[in-house]
Amino acid sequence: MTEAPTAVTGGVTLPEAARSVSAGSTGQAPGGRPTAARRRARTEAWLRRLRLVTPLVLAGAWELLAQTRIVSPDKLPPPSEVLAAGWRLTQDGSLPAHVYESLTRALVGLLIGGGLALVLGAFAGLVRVGDALVDPTVQMARMLPHLGLVPLLIIWLGIGEPLKITLVALGAFFPIYLNLYAGIRNIDERLVEAARTCGLSAAERIRHVVIPGTMPSLFLGLRLAFAAGWLSLVVGEQVNTDSGLGFMMMEAREFSQTEIVLLGLLAYAVLGLLSDLVLRVAERRALSWRRGLQAS
Amino acid sequence: MATGTAGFVTARDVRRSFGDVVVLDGVDLDLERGEVVVLLGASGSGKSTLLRILAGLDREATGTLDVPPSHAVVFQEHRLLPWKRVSANVALGVRGPNVAQRVSGALSEVGLVDRGEAWPGELSGGQSQRVAIARALVRRPDLLLLDEPFGALDALNRLKMQRLFRELQSAHEFAALLVTHDVDEAVLLADRLLVLEDGRIIEEIDVPLAHPRTVDDPRFGALRRRLLTLLNVPLDV
Repeated sequence: MTEAPTAVTGGVTLPEAARSVSAGSTGQAPGGRPTAARRRARTEAWLRRLRLVTPLVLAGAWELLAQTRIVSPDKLPPPSEVLAAGWRLTQDGSLPAHVYESLTRALVGLLIGGGLALVLGAFAGLVRVGDALVDPTVQMARMLPHLGLVPLLIIWLGIGEPLKITLVALGAFFPIYLNLYAGIRNIDERLVEAARTCGLSAAERIRHVVIPGTMPSLFLGLRLAFAAGWLSLVVGEQVNTDSGLGFMMMEAREFSQTEIVLLGLLAYAVLGLLSDLVLRVAERRALSWRRGLQAS
Repeated sequence: MATGTAGFVTARDVRRSFGDVVVLDGVDLDLERGEVVVLLGASGSGKSTLLRILAGLDREATGTLDVPPSHAVVFQEHRLLPWKRVSANVALGVRGPNVAQRVSGALSEVGLVDRGEAWPGELSGGQSQRVAIARALVRRPDLLLLDEPFGALDALNRLKMQRLFRELQSAHEFAALLVTHDVDEAVLLADRLLVLEDGRIIEEIDVPLAHPRTVDDPRFGALRRRLLTLLNVPLDV
Protein backbone atom coordinates (compact mmCIF):
# COMPACT_ATOMS: atom_id res chain seq x y z
CA MET A 1 0.00 0.00 0.00
CA THR A 2 2.94 2.33 -0.52
CA GLU A 3 1.12 3.77 -3.50
CA ALA A 4 -1.36 5.69 -1.38
CA PRO A 5 0.77 8.77 -0.47
CA THR A 6 1.91 9.35 -4.05
CA ALA A 7 -1.68 9.10 -5.19
CA VAL A 8 -2.66 11.82 -2.72
CA THR A 9 0.13 14.21 -3.74
CA GLY A 10 -0.72 13.48 -7.34
CA GLY A 11 -4.24 14.56 -6.59
CA VAL A 12 -3.21 17.83 -4.99
CA THR A 13 -1.51 19.15 -8.12
CA LEU A 14 -4.67 19.13 -10.18
CA PRO A 15 -6.89 21.41 -8.12
CA GLU A 16 -3.92 23.80 -8.00
CA ALA A 17 -3.73 23.83 -11.75
CA ALA A 18 -7.46 24.39 -11.89
CA ARG A 19 -7.16 27.28 -9.44
CA SER A 20 -4.59 29.06 -11.61
CA VAL A 21 -6.87 28.59 -14.60
CA SER A 22 -9.92 29.99 -12.86
CA ALA A 23 -7.89 32.90 -11.45
CA GLY A 24 -8.64 34.76 -14.67
CA SER A 25 -11.76 36.74 -15.46
CA THR A 26 -14.22 34.15 -14.19
CA GLY A 27 -12.49 33.58 -10.87
CA GLN A 28 -14.66 32.07 -8.22
CA ALA A 29 -18.39 32.12 -8.30
CA PRO A 30 -20.10 34.48 -5.82
CA GLY A 31 -20.14 33.14 -2.29
CA GLY A 32 -16.73 31.45 -2.65
CA ARG A 33 -18.22 28.33 -4.19
CA PRO A 34 -15.96 26.51 -6.64
CA THR A 35 -16.66 27.17 -10.29
CA ALA A 36 -17.84 24.39 -12.58
CA ALA A 37 -14.36 24.07 -14.07
CA ARG A 38 -12.79 23.56 -10.65
CA ARG A 39 -15.39 21.02 -9.66
CA ARG A 40 -14.75 19.12 -12.86
CA ALA A 41 -10.99 19.18 -12.31
CA ARG A 42 -11.45 17.91 -8.77
CA THR A 43 -13.67 15.08 -9.98
CA GLU A 44 -11.10 14.19 -12.64
CA ALA A 45 -8.31 14.02 -10.05
CA TRP A 46 -10.44 11.92 -7.76
CA LEU A 47 -11.29 9.52 -10.59
CA ARG A 48 -7.62 9.26 -11.53
CA ARG A 49 -6.78 8.18 -7.97
CA LEU A 50 -9.66 5.74 -8.06
CA ARG A 51 -8.08 3.92 -11.00
CA LEU A 52 -5.32 2.59 -8.75
CA VAL A 53 -7.76 1.09 -6.27
CA THR A 54 -8.77 -2.05 -8.14
CA PRO A 55 -5.26 -3.34 -8.96
CA LEU A 56 -4.05 -2.55 -5.44
CA VAL A 57 -7.01 -4.32 -3.85
CA LEU A 58 -6.48 -7.33 -6.10
CA ALA A 59 -2.77 -7.50 -5.28
CA GLY A 60 -3.54 -7.13 -1.59
CA ALA A 61 -6.16 -9.89 -1.70
CA TRP A 62 -3.72 -12.11 -3.57
CA GLU A 63 -1.01 -11.52 -0.95
CA LEU A 64 -3.50 -12.21 1.83
CA LEU A 65 -4.85 -15.40 0.24
CA ALA A 66 -1.34 -16.76 -0.24
CA GLN A 67 0.00 -15.68 3.20
CA THR A 68 -2.96 -17.21 5.05
CA ARG A 69 -2.52 -20.42 3.02
CA ILE A 70 -6.13 -20.33 1.84
CA VAL A 71 -4.62 -20.91 -1.59
CA SER A 72 -1.64 -23.23 -1.67
CA PRO A 73 1.58 -21.21 -2.23
CA ASP A 74 2.64 -23.95 -4.65
CA LYS A 75 -0.23 -22.95 -6.88
CA LEU A 76 -0.17 -19.20 -6.27
CA PRO A 77 2.80 -17.76 -4.38
CA PRO A 78 2.23 -14.24 -2.98
CA PRO A 79 3.34 -11.19 -5.00
CA SER A 80 6.05 -10.50 -2.43
CA GLU A 81 7.62 -13.86 -3.23
CA VAL A 82 7.44 -13.20 -6.97
CA LEU A 83 9.21 -9.87 -6.46
CA ALA A 84 11.77 -11.54 -4.22
CA ALA A 85 12.44 -14.13 -6.92
CA GLY A 86 12.84 -11.30 -9.40
CA TRP A 87 15.41 -9.63 -7.16
CA ARG A 88 17.27 -12.93 -6.63
CA LEU A 89 17.44 -13.74 -10.32
CA THR A 90 18.46 -10.20 -11.18
CA GLN A 91 21.35 -10.41 -8.73
CA ASP A 92 22.66 -13.70 -10.07
CA GLY A 93 22.36 -12.26 -13.58
CA SER A 94 20.08 -14.94 -15.02
CA LEU A 95 16.95 -12.75 -15.39
CA PRO A 96 18.75 -10.00 -17.33
CA ALA A 97 20.36 -12.67 -19.53
CA HIS A 98 16.98 -14.25 -20.32
CA VAL A 99 15.40 -10.87 -20.95
CA TYR A 100 18.27 -10.02 -23.29
CA GLU A 101 17.76 -13.25 -25.23
CA SER A 102 14.02 -12.69 -25.55
CA LEU A 103 14.46 -9.04 -26.52
CA THR A 104 16.97 -9.98 -29.21
CA ARG A 105 14.58 -12.49 -30.73
CA ALA A 106 11.74 -9.99 -30.61
CA LEU A 107 13.84 -7.28 -32.20
CA VAL A 108 15.31 -9.44 -34.97
CA GLY A 109 11.87 -10.87 -35.76
CA LEU A 110 10.29 -7.41 -35.80
CA LEU A 111 13.01 -6.06 -38.07
CA ILE A 112 12.64 -8.92 -40.55
CA GLY A 113 8.83 -9.04 -40.51
CA GLY A 114 8.47 -5.26 -40.36
CA GLY A 115 11.02 -4.66 -43.10
CA LEU A 116 9.30 -7.12 -45.39
CA ALA A 117 5.92 -5.58 -44.59
CA LEU A 118 7.22 -2.09 -45.41
CA VAL A 119 8.63 -3.18 -48.76
CA LEU A 120 5.61 -5.23 -49.83
CA GLY A 121 3.08 -2.76 -48.38
CA ALA A 122 4.67 0.15 -50.22
CA PHE A 123 4.90 -1.90 -53.44
CA ALA A 124 1.24 -2.91 -53.25
CA GLY A 125 0.03 0.49 -52.06
CA LEU A 126 1.93 2.65 -54.55
CA VAL A 127 2.20 0.56 -57.72
CA ARG A 128 -0.83 -0.91 -59.48
CA VAL A 129 1.18 -3.91 -60.67
CA GLY A 130 2.31 -4.44 -57.08
CA ASP A 131 -1.25 -4.23 -55.89
CA ALA A 132 -2.30 -6.98 -58.29
CA LEU A 133 0.72 -9.16 -57.56
CA VAL A 134 0.93 -8.84 -53.78
CA ASP A 135 -2.26 -7.76 -52.10
CA PRO A 136 -4.72 -10.59 -52.91
CA THR A 137 -2.19 -13.18 -51.81
CA VAL A 138 -1.39 -11.39 -48.56
CA GLN A 139 -5.08 -10.86 -47.84
CA MET A 140 -5.60 -14.61 -48.23
CA ALA A 141 -2.55 -15.54 -46.18
CA ARG A 142 -3.57 -13.35 -43.28
CA MET A 143 -6.60 -15.56 -42.73
CA LEU A 144 -4.17 -18.28 -41.69
CA PRO A 145 -3.60 -18.12 -37.92
CA HIS A 146 0.18 -17.89 -37.90
CA LEU A 147 0.51 -19.52 -34.49
CA GLY A 148 -1.19 -22.57 -35.99
CA LEU A 149 1.82 -22.91 -38.25
CA VAL A 150 4.04 -24.03 -35.38
CA PRO A 151 3.96 -27.77 -36.23
CA LEU A 152 4.74 -27.04 -39.88
CA LEU A 153 7.47 -24.58 -38.99
CA ILE A 154 9.06 -27.16 -36.68
CA ILE A 155 9.22 -29.59 -39.62
CA TRP A 156 10.70 -26.92 -41.86
CA LEU A 157 12.98 -25.04 -39.50
CA GLY A 158 13.56 -27.33 -36.55
CA ILE A 159 13.15 -26.13 -33.01
CA GLY A 160 16.02 -23.64 -32.85
CA GLU A 161 16.29 -19.88 -33.16
CA PRO A 162 14.95 -19.65 -36.74
CA LEU A 163 11.59 -20.97 -35.53
CA LYS A 164 11.18 -18.27 -32.88
CA ILE A 165 12.34 -15.47 -35.12
CA THR A 166 10.09 -16.65 -37.95
CA LEU A 167 7.10 -16.69 -35.62
CA VAL A 168 7.76 -13.15 -34.43
CA ALA A 169 8.35 -11.98 -37.99
CA LEU A 170 5.08 -13.54 -39.15
CA GLY A 171 3.21 -11.97 -36.23
CA ALA A 172 4.65 -8.53 -36.96
CA PHE A 173 4.33 -8.70 -40.75
CA PHE A 174 0.57 -8.67 -41.15
CA PRO A 175 -0.44 -5.70 -38.97
CA ILE A 176 2.26 -3.52 -40.50
CA TYR A 177 1.51 -4.59 -44.07
CA LEU A 178 -2.25 -4.19 -43.72
CA ASN A 179 -2.11 -0.78 -42.03
CA LEU A 180 0.56 0.57 -44.34
CA TYR A 181 -1.43 -0.55 -47.39
CA ALA A 182 -4.66 0.92 -46.02
CA GLY A 183 -2.83 4.11 -45.01
CA ILE A 184 -1.46 4.64 -48.51
CA ARG A 185 -4.82 3.85 -50.07
CA ASN A 186 -6.65 6.28 -47.79
CA ILE A 187 -4.46 9.25 -48.62
CA ASP A 188 -6.60 12.17 -49.71
CA GLU A 189 -6.26 12.23 -53.48
CA ARG A 190 -7.00 15.96 -53.44
CA LEU A 191 -3.80 16.61 -51.48
CA VAL A 192 -1.77 14.62 -54.01
CA GLU A 193 -3.40 16.68 -56.76
CA ALA A 194 -2.61 19.95 -54.99
CA ALA A 195 1.00 18.82 -54.62
CA ARG A 196 1.10 18.11 -58.33
CA THR A 197 -0.14 21.61 -59.16
CA CYS A 198 2.68 22.90 -56.93
CA GLY A 199 5.10 21.24 -59.33
CA LEU A 200 6.11 18.25 -57.21
CA SER A 201 7.47 15.23 -59.05
CA ALA A 202 6.20 11.72 -58.29
CA ALA A 203 9.11 11.07 -55.91
CA GLU A 204 8.55 14.41 -54.16
CA ARG A 205 4.83 13.69 -53.83
CA ILE A 206 5.68 10.41 -52.10
CA ARG A 207 8.08 12.18 -49.77
CA HIS A 208 5.92 15.18 -48.89
CA VAL A 209 2.40 13.76 -49.14
CA VAL A 210 2.26 9.98 -49.11
CA ILE A 211 4.79 9.16 -46.39
CA PRO A 212 3.65 11.73 -43.82
CA GLY A 213 0.03 10.98 -44.66
CA THR A 214 0.59 7.27 -44.01
CA MET A 215 2.32 7.80 -40.66
CA PRO A 216 -0.79 7.64 -38.44
CA SER A 217 -1.88 4.24 -39.74
CA LEU A 218 1.72 3.01 -39.88
CA PHE A 219 2.07 3.72 -36.17
CA LEU A 220 -1.17 1.89 -35.52
CA GLY A 221 0.25 -1.06 -37.46
CA LEU A 222 3.49 -0.92 -35.46
CA ARG A 223 1.68 -1.04 -32.15
CA LEU A 224 -0.40 -4.01 -33.27
CA ALA A 225 2.78 -5.63 -34.62
CA PHE A 226 4.57 -5.21 -31.29
CA ALA A 227 1.68 -6.88 -29.50
CA ALA A 228 1.51 -9.72 -32.04
CA GLY A 229 5.30 -10.07 -31.93
CA TRP A 230 5.35 -10.54 -28.16
CA LEU A 231 2.53 -13.06 -28.35
CA SER A 232 4.38 -15.03 -31.03
CA LEU A 233 7.54 -14.95 -28.95
CA VAL A 234 5.74 -16.32 -25.89
CA VAL A 235 4.42 -19.23 -27.94
CA GLY A 236 7.72 -19.78 -29.74
CA GLU A 237 9.79 -19.78 -26.59
CA GLN A 238 7.69 -22.55 -25.07
CA VAL A 239 8.48 -24.96 -27.89
CA ASN A 240 12.07 -25.68 -27.02
CA THR A 241 14.74 -23.32 -25.85
CA ASP A 242 17.77 -23.17 -23.63
CA SER A 243 17.53 -19.44 -23.01
CA GLY A 244 15.03 -16.63 -22.82
CA LEU A 245 12.05 -15.90 -20.62
CA GLY A 246 10.05 -18.81 -22.04
CA PHE A 247 12.87 -21.22 -21.14
CA MET A 248 13.07 -19.72 -17.65
CA MET A 249 9.34 -20.35 -17.16
CA MET A 250 9.35 -23.91 -18.58
CA GLU A 251 12.36 -24.84 -16.45
CA ALA A 252 10.72 -23.35 -13.34
CA ARG A 253 7.56 -25.35 -14.04
CA GLU A 254 9.56 -28.58 -14.00
CA PHE A 255 10.95 -27.70 -10.58
CA SER A 256 7.54 -26.39 -9.42
CA GLN A 257 8.96 -22.91 -8.86
CA THR A 258 5.62 -21.22 -9.45
CA GLU A 259 6.95 -17.81 -8.37
CA ILE A 260 9.44 -17.88 -11.25
CA VAL A 261 6.69 -18.84 -13.72
CA LEU A 262 4.77 -15.80 -12.50
CA LEU A 263 7.92 -13.71 -12.68
CA GLY A 264 8.29 -14.68 -16.35
CA LEU A 265 4.73 -13.58 -17.03
CA LEU A 266 5.38 -10.31 -15.24
CA ALA A 267 8.55 -9.76 -17.29
CA TYR A 268 6.67 -10.36 -20.55
CA ALA A 269 3.99 -7.89 -19.44
CA VAL A 270 6.52 -5.23 -18.45
CA LEU A 271 8.43 -5.63 -21.72
CA GLY A 272 5.21 -5.33 -23.70
CA LEU A 273 4.21 -2.25 -21.75
CA LEU A 274 7.62 -0.62 -22.20
CA SER A 275 7.70 -1.26 -25.94
CA ASP A 276 4.26 0.27 -26.25
CA LEU A 277 5.40 3.28 -24.25
CA VAL A 278 8.44 3.81 -26.48
CA LEU A 279 6.20 3.64 -29.52
CA ARG A 280 3.71 6.10 -28.03
CA VAL A 281 6.47 8.63 -27.40
CA ALA A 282 7.80 8.20 -30.94
CA GLU A 283 4.28 8.56 -32.29
CA ARG A 284 3.63 11.74 -30.35
CA ARG A 285 6.83 13.21 -31.75
CA ALA A 286 6.26 12.15 -35.34
CA LEU A 287 2.64 13.22 -35.36
CA SER A 288 2.98 16.49 -33.46
CA TRP A 289 0.96 18.22 -36.20
CA ARG A 290 -2.12 16.31 -35.08
CA ARG A 291 -2.16 18.05 -31.72
CA GLY A 292 -2.61 21.34 -33.50
CA LEU A 293 -5.39 19.72 -35.48
CA GLN A 294 -7.19 18.57 -32.37
CA ALA A 295 -6.82 21.95 -30.71
CA SER A 296 -8.81 23.70 -33.40
CA MET B 1 -4.11 16.61 -76.10
CA ALA B 2 -2.44 18.71 -78.80
CA THR B 3 -0.79 22.04 -78.09
CA GLY B 4 -1.53 25.16 -80.10
CA THR B 5 0.32 28.45 -80.37
CA ALA B 6 -2.03 31.43 -80.60
CA GLY B 7 -2.87 33.74 -77.67
CA PHE B 8 -1.91 33.72 -74.00
CA VAL B 9 -4.34 30.99 -73.03
CA THR B 10 -6.08 29.17 -75.84
CA ALA B 11 -8.38 26.21 -75.71
CA ARG B 12 -10.07 24.88 -78.82
CA ASP B 13 -12.81 22.29 -79.11
CA VAL B 14 -12.25 20.87 -75.64
CA ARG B 15 -14.31 17.74 -75.07
CA ARG B 16 -14.60 15.48 -72.08
CA SER B 17 -17.09 12.78 -71.23
CA PHE B 18 -17.38 10.43 -68.31
CA GLY B 19 -18.79 7.23 -69.75
CA ASP B 20 -21.90 8.21 -71.69
CA VAL B 21 -22.22 11.58 -69.97
CA VAL B 22 -20.81 14.41 -72.07
CA VAL B 23 -19.53 17.06 -69.67
CA LEU B 24 -17.71 19.34 -72.09
CA ASP B 25 -19.05 19.44 -75.62
CA GLY B 26 -16.57 21.46 -77.64
CA VAL B 27 -15.50 24.49 -75.62
CA ASP B 28 -13.39 27.32 -77.04
CA LEU B 29 -11.69 29.67 -74.61
CA ASP B 30 -9.21 32.55 -74.87
CA LEU B 31 -7.57 34.64 -72.19
CA GLU B 32 -5.53 37.77 -72.65
CA ARG B 33 -2.51 38.49 -70.50
CA GLY B 34 -3.67 40.01 -67.20
CA GLU B 35 -7.34 39.43 -67.89
CA VAL B 36 -9.80 38.13 -65.27
CA VAL B 37 -12.33 35.81 -66.83
CA VAL B 38 -15.10 34.38 -64.71
CA LEU B 39 -16.63 31.10 -65.77
CA LEU B 40 -20.18 31.01 -64.52
CA GLY B 41 -22.41 27.99 -64.55
CA ALA B 42 -24.85 25.92 -62.56
CA SER B 43 -23.49 22.86 -60.83
CA GLY B 44 -22.90 20.07 -63.29
CA SER B 45 -22.35 22.49 -66.16
CA GLY B 46 -18.76 21.30 -66.56
CA LYS B 47 -17.01 24.44 -65.33
CA SER B 48 -14.80 22.68 -62.79
CA THR B 49 -13.93 20.03 -65.35
CA LEU B 50 -12.80 22.72 -67.76
CA LEU B 51 -10.61 24.32 -65.09
CA ARG B 52 -9.07 20.98 -64.18
CA ILE B 53 -8.26 20.38 -67.84
CA LEU B 54 -6.53 23.76 -68.08
CA ALA B 55 -4.63 22.95 -64.87
CA GLY B 56 -3.34 19.77 -66.46
CA LEU B 57 -5.16 17.55 -63.98
CA ASP B 58 -7.26 15.73 -66.54
CA ARG B 59 -5.42 13.58 -69.04
CA GLU B 60 -8.45 12.16 -70.82
CA ALA B 61 -9.86 15.32 -72.38
CA THR B 62 -9.49 15.99 -76.09
CA GLY B 63 -8.95 19.24 -77.97
CA THR B 64 -6.22 21.82 -78.45
CA LEU B 65 -4.76 23.56 -75.45
CA ASP B 66 -2.19 26.25 -74.86
CA VAL B 67 -1.63 27.22 -71.24
CA PRO B 68 1.43 29.14 -69.98
CA PRO B 69 3.71 26.89 -67.91
CA SER B 70 3.70 29.46 -65.15
CA HIS B 71 0.28 28.80 -63.66
CA ALA B 72 -1.05 28.01 -60.21
CA VAL B 73 -4.31 26.59 -58.90
CA VAL B 74 -6.52 27.52 -55.94
CA PHE B 75 -9.18 24.94 -55.12
CA GLN B 76 -12.45 25.30 -53.27
CA GLU B 77 -10.92 23.49 -50.29
CA HIS B 78 -7.61 24.89 -49.14
CA ARG B 79 -5.84 21.52 -49.64
CA LEU B 80 -3.01 22.39 -47.29
CA LEU B 81 -0.90 19.48 -46.09
CA PRO B 82 -1.86 19.12 -42.43
CA TRP B 83 1.60 17.79 -41.47
CA LYS B 84 3.47 20.82 -42.75
CA ARG B 85 3.53 24.19 -41.07
CA VAL B 86 1.97 27.08 -42.97
CA SER B 87 5.26 28.40 -44.38
CA ALA B 88 6.33 24.91 -45.50
CA ASN B 89 2.98 24.51 -47.24
CA VAL B 90 3.50 27.77 -49.11
CA ALA B 91 7.08 26.78 -49.97
CA LEU B 92 6.00 23.40 -51.35
CA GLY B 93 7.75 22.83 -54.66
CA VAL B 94 9.17 26.37 -54.80
CA ARG B 95 12.67 26.29 -56.22
CA GLY B 96 15.41 28.85 -56.58
CA PRO B 97 17.04 31.31 -54.17
CA ASN B 98 15.43 33.23 -51.29
CA VAL B 99 12.58 30.78 -50.84
CA ALA B 100 12.02 31.77 -47.20
CA GLN B 101 11.93 35.43 -48.13
CA ARG B 102 9.49 34.85 -50.97
CA VAL B 103 7.28 32.74 -48.71
CA SER B 104 7.04 35.39 -46.02
CA GLY B 105 6.42 37.97 -48.74
CA ALA B 106 3.49 35.95 -50.07
CA LEU B 107 2.14 35.39 -46.56
CA SER B 108 2.29 39.09 -45.76
CA GLU B 109 0.38 39.84 -48.96
CA VAL B 110 -2.51 37.78 -47.65
CA GLY B 111 -2.12 39.25 -44.15
CA LEU B 112 -0.77 36.13 -42.45
CA VAL B 113 2.94 36.81 -42.14
CA ASP B 114 2.84 36.03 -38.41
CA ARG B 115 1.19 32.61 -38.87
CA GLY B 116 4.03 30.96 -40.80
CA GLU B 117 4.85 28.62 -37.92
CA ALA B 118 1.25 27.57 -37.31
CA TRP B 119 -0.12 24.18 -38.31
CA PRO B 120 -2.93 24.31 -40.91
CA GLY B 121 -5.22 22.70 -38.34
CA GLU B 122 -4.88 25.77 -36.16
CA LEU B 123 -6.21 28.13 -38.83
CA SER B 124 -9.78 29.18 -39.50
CA GLY B 125 -11.38 28.43 -42.84
CA GLY B 126 -10.76 31.95 -44.14
CA GLN B 127 -7.14 31.91 -43.02
CA SER B 128 -6.56 28.51 -44.62
CA GLN B 129 -7.87 29.80 -47.92
CA ARG B 130 -5.59 32.83 -47.63
CA VAL B 131 -2.65 30.48 -47.20
CA ALA B 132 -3.80 28.57 -50.28
CA ILE B 133 -3.74 31.85 -52.20
CA ALA B 134 -0.28 32.63 -50.84
CA ARG B 135 0.84 29.19 -51.97
CA ALA B 136 -0.30 30.07 -55.48
CA LEU B 137 1.12 33.63 -55.41
CA VAL B 138 4.60 32.62 -54.27
CA ARG B 139 5.06 30.90 -57.65
CA ARG B 140 4.55 34.31 -59.36
CA PRO B 141 2.11 32.78 -61.83
CA ASP B 142 1.18 34.38 -65.14
CA LEU B 143 -2.12 32.54 -64.88
CA LEU B 144 -4.14 31.77 -61.78
CA LEU B 145 -6.82 29.11 -61.99
CA LEU B 146 -9.41 29.32 -59.22
CA ASP B 147 -12.11 26.70 -58.68
CA GLU B 148 -14.85 28.28 -56.54
CA PRO B 149 -12.10 29.57 -54.26
CA PHE B 150 -14.44 31.43 -51.88
CA GLY B 151 -17.38 29.05 -52.09
CA ALA B 152 -16.74 27.37 -48.74
CA LEU B 153 -16.35 30.65 -46.81
CA ASP B 154 -18.95 32.56 -44.83
CA ALA B 155 -20.46 35.66 -46.44
CA LEU B 156 -18.24 38.17 -44.60
CA ASN B 157 -15.03 36.32 -45.32
CA ARG B 158 -16.09 35.90 -48.91
CA LEU B 159 -16.43 39.68 -49.38
CA LYS B 160 -13.00 40.25 -47.81
CA MET B 161 -11.41 37.62 -50.00
CA GLN B 162 -13.01 38.99 -53.16
CA ARG B 163 -11.51 42.39 -52.39
CA LEU B 164 -8.14 40.80 -51.58
CA PHE B 165 -8.23 38.93 -54.86
CA ARG B 166 -8.77 42.11 -56.88
CA GLU B 167 -6.01 43.90 -54.95
CA LEU B 168 -3.57 41.09 -55.61
CA GLN B 169 -4.59 40.95 -59.23
CA SER B 170 -3.97 44.65 -59.82
CA ALA B 171 -0.64 44.39 -57.98
CA HIS B 172 0.65 41.37 -59.90
CA GLU B 173 -1.42 41.58 -63.08
CA PHE B 174 -1.75 37.84 -63.48
CA ALA B 175 -4.45 36.51 -65.75
CA ALA B 176 -7.10 34.57 -63.90
CA LEU B 177 -9.81 32.10 -64.74
CA LEU B 178 -12.23 31.94 -61.86
CA VAL B 179 -14.96 29.35 -61.72
CA THR B 180 -18.05 30.18 -59.69
CA HIS B 181 -21.79 29.75 -59.50
CA ASP B 182 -22.19 32.99 -57.55
CA VAL B 183 -23.58 35.72 -59.82
CA ASP B 184 -22.61 38.53 -57.43
CA GLU B 185 -19.07 37.28 -57.25
CA ALA B 186 -18.96 37.02 -61.02
CA VAL B 187 -20.05 40.62 -61.69
CA LEU B 188 -17.79 41.89 -58.90
CA LEU B 189 -14.60 40.30 -60.18
CA ALA B 190 -14.86 39.72 -63.91
CA ASP B 191 -13.38 41.65 -66.79
CA ARG B 192 -15.25 39.19 -68.95
CA LEU B 193 -17.91 36.62 -68.16
CA LEU B 194 -18.46 33.24 -69.76
CA VAL B 195 -21.65 31.32 -69.07
CA LEU B 196 -21.37 27.58 -69.37
CA GLU B 197 -24.38 25.35 -69.82
CA ASP B 198 -24.45 21.66 -70.65
CA GLY B 199 -20.82 21.63 -71.64
CA ARG B 200 -20.97 24.63 -74.00
CA ILE B 201 -20.28 28.30 -73.57
CA ILE B 202 -23.66 29.88 -74.28
CA GLU B 203 -22.84 33.53 -73.57
CA GLU B 204 -19.86 35.84 -73.40
CA ILE B 205 -20.28 39.22 -71.71
CA ASP B 206 -17.72 42.00 -71.28
CA VAL B 207 -17.95 43.86 -67.97
CA PRO B 208 -16.37 47.24 -68.68
CA LEU B 209 -16.92 48.69 -65.18
CA ALA B 210 -13.88 50.03 -63.31
CA HIS B 211 -12.55 48.54 -60.08
CA PRO B 212 -13.13 48.71 -57.18
CA ARG B 213 -16.75 47.73 -57.66
CA THR B 214 -19.49 47.38 -55.10
CA VAL B 215 -22.30 44.85 -55.19
CA ASP B 216 -24.97 47.54 -54.83
CA ASP B 217 -23.80 49.42 -57.92
CA PRO B 218 -27.09 50.12 -59.81
CA ARG B 219 -25.43 49.22 -63.10
CA PHE B 220 -25.19 45.63 -61.90
CA GLY B 221 -28.96 45.21 -61.76
CA ALA B 222 -29.54 44.51 -65.43
CA LEU B 223 -26.42 42.35 -65.68
CA ARG B 224 -27.38 40.23 -62.68
CA ARG B 225 -30.89 39.78 -64.07
CA ARG B 226 -29.50 38.72 -67.41
CA LEU B 227 -27.07 36.24 -65.86
CA LEU B 228 -29.69 34.70 -63.59
CA THR B 229 -32.00 34.27 -66.56
CA LEU B 230 -29.16 32.56 -68.44
CA LEU B 231 -28.72 30.25 -65.44
CA ASN B 232 -32.47 29.55 -65.50
CA VAL B 233 -32.99 31.25 -62.13
CA PRO B 234 -35.60 34.05 -62.48
CA LEU B 235 -34.80 36.95 -60.15
CA ASP B 236 -38.33 37.49 -58.79
CA VAL B 237 -39.47 35.10 -56.09
